[in-house]
Amino acid sequence: MVDKVFIAFQNNSEAQPIVDAILADNAEAVANETPGIVKIDCPGRLVVRRATVEEKMGREFDLQEIHISLISLGGNIDEDDDEFVLAWNS
Amino acid sequence: MAKDKRMGLKEKYAVMTRGLDWETSYQPMDDVFPYDKYEGIKILDWDKWADPFRLTMDAYWKYQSEKERKLYAILDAFQQNNGQLNISDARYMNAVKLWLQGITPLEYAAHRGFAHAGRSFRGAAARVACQMQSIDEMRHAQTQLHAFSHYNKFFNGMHGFAHLRDRAWYLSIPKSFFEDAMSAGPFEFVTSISFAFEYVLTNLLFMPFVSGAAYNGDMATTTFGFSAQSDESRHMTLGLEVVKFMLEQHEDNVPIVQAWLDKWFWRGYRLLALVGTMMDYMLPKKVMSWKEAWEIYWEENGIALFNDLSRYGIRLPKHHEVATKEKGRVTHELWSTLYQYGNALGLHTWVPEDEELDWMSEKYGELFDTMYRPRLLHFRAQEETGKRYFNNRLPMVCQVCQIPVFFTEPDDPQTQCVRIVEWADTKHHCCSDGCADIFNREPEKYVQALIPPQQIYRGEAGGARDIFEYAEWLHLVKDVDTGEYHGSPDHLNWEAWKAELPTPQANSDEAA
Repeated sequence: MVDKVFIAFQNNSEAQPIVDAILADNAEAVANETPGIVKIDCPGRLVVRRATVEEKMGREFDLQEIHISLISLGGNIDEDDDEFVLAWNS
Repeated sequence: MAKDKRMGLKEKYAVMTRGLDWETSYQPMDDVFPYDKYEGIKILDWDKWADPFRLTMDAYWKYQSEKERKLYAILDAFQQNNGQLNISDARYMNAVKLWLQGITPLEYAAHRGFAHAGRSFRGAAARVACQMQSIDEMRHAQTQLHAFSHYNKFFNGMHGFAHLRDRAWYLSIPKSFFEDAMSAGPFEFVTSISFAFEYVLTNLLFMPFVSGAAYNGDMATTTFGFSAQSDESRHMTLGLEVVKFMLEQHEDNVPIVQAWLDKWFWRGYRLLALVGTMMDYMLPKKVMSWKEAWEIYWEENGIALFNDLSRYGIRLPKHHEVATKEKGRVTHELWSTLYQYGNALGLHTWVPEDEELDWMSEKYGELFDTMYRPRLLHFRAQEETGKRYFNNRLPMVCQVCQIPVFFTEPDDPQTQCVRIVEWADTKHHCCSDGCADIFNREPEKYVQALIPPQQIYRGEAGGARDIFEYAEWLHLVKDVDTGEYHGSPDHLNWEAWKAELPTPQANSDEAA
């Protein structure tokens, strides 16, 4: 079984386009909601693409803006200007 | 069109975290940074340290100020609109009291600890990361105090958190945890707090508990909780990076790091028994049981992390299987302990209502129905005949985690677990093999721990002769700040406030 990475956001309208972008770009990602939180689990690797978030948001987006609504994550991070990747190496 | 001359993220991070310092010439570097070698951690190249978020100081201020603006707008609205009346039930407020008394002082301690660790590292990128975290932790302490100050106008037990922090026997559990970390070297400190506590374990506090705060209508805690947790994801990332950095720098670091992971996993897990109990017992509306949270955040996410680290030769922390065996009982064992010692706590305790007991049966199954439900019902029966049970002597506590020695044997939930350790002709009591191992690895450190019940009975608590005088010394008023919830001023006030509120009108859909 491949270990899952996860990323969690505040469940609000600001984070919604980011969540939508993640679900669009990662076929195996599953969103789980508890009050106030949306936690996205995905086997092995998950990517947040700036271009997809901008499309969903309808404006320019700096990937570091995810800090505003990020709650938690699990996985090794690799971030540049266009992609934020979470992955386990094992 | 002019080409965009702004630097990319990786380039900007390199410019703003490298070459900021110099090799000292008037004084040897080892004298300038006296603490970053004695733990035995070998660092060959500090420039290999990298924050994967690549957050630079300018971006840090930008995003932090935005978080603060959002947070304070909500706190203002909460205060102006009597947000205290929107919580599910006043019993909930006792979780907030425990947070204020036990957790907020840890945020402040973390602020101090990271300032010290930052000063101790000779690599500039490590210092930048510690500086950000030190400022974050100060922010967390301040925003929590600000948010809770509103509740302090309406509920008891919140008036003297700083006084309590250094005197209350049960608050030595969180206090000693952090002081253990702060009195270690800088690498152990960062491993303990950033990795073992923040990466591996704080998800259990900030995800299910804060989600529970949201579900129980506590807008203030939810808002600062998530605002703090957005910083926490950066801290967790720092924690994982510092561990990988040490492991990649030299193979001799591996056994040292493993020993720290063993120790701090267990220390953090024991501390979280308090959080688990808040989740299971102090949230009137339940979101997730401690057992379920443990399964998601340790058995799934935590073990994935350790699987990832296995390529460096790191194995799962010692005694993790004991923690998993205990997942169905720790919160029940701790609640019944808090219930008994209620005359020496700055919060109220109670027997849960029937629907809550049914929820526990559903979540914890047969073990709850055979072991813990009968005990809670026994407590309730005593209360109904006017004999609410209090244990008016202080308990024996573990020499390491300072939690009362009430846990049970890993394979037998009916036998108390006690381990006696010896050092230099003295005997000390531990609650578990995990804590006994920690003691035996550094006995010189743990024999110095001042154990509150012993100190109190020696007269070191203002000469108090019993726990009632001791509670007075804590500035706690009997049955107002302490004792049973039912019939307390908090309870009676709550009933009166709710009775004054207009009855909600049925909406037209329901009426039709």
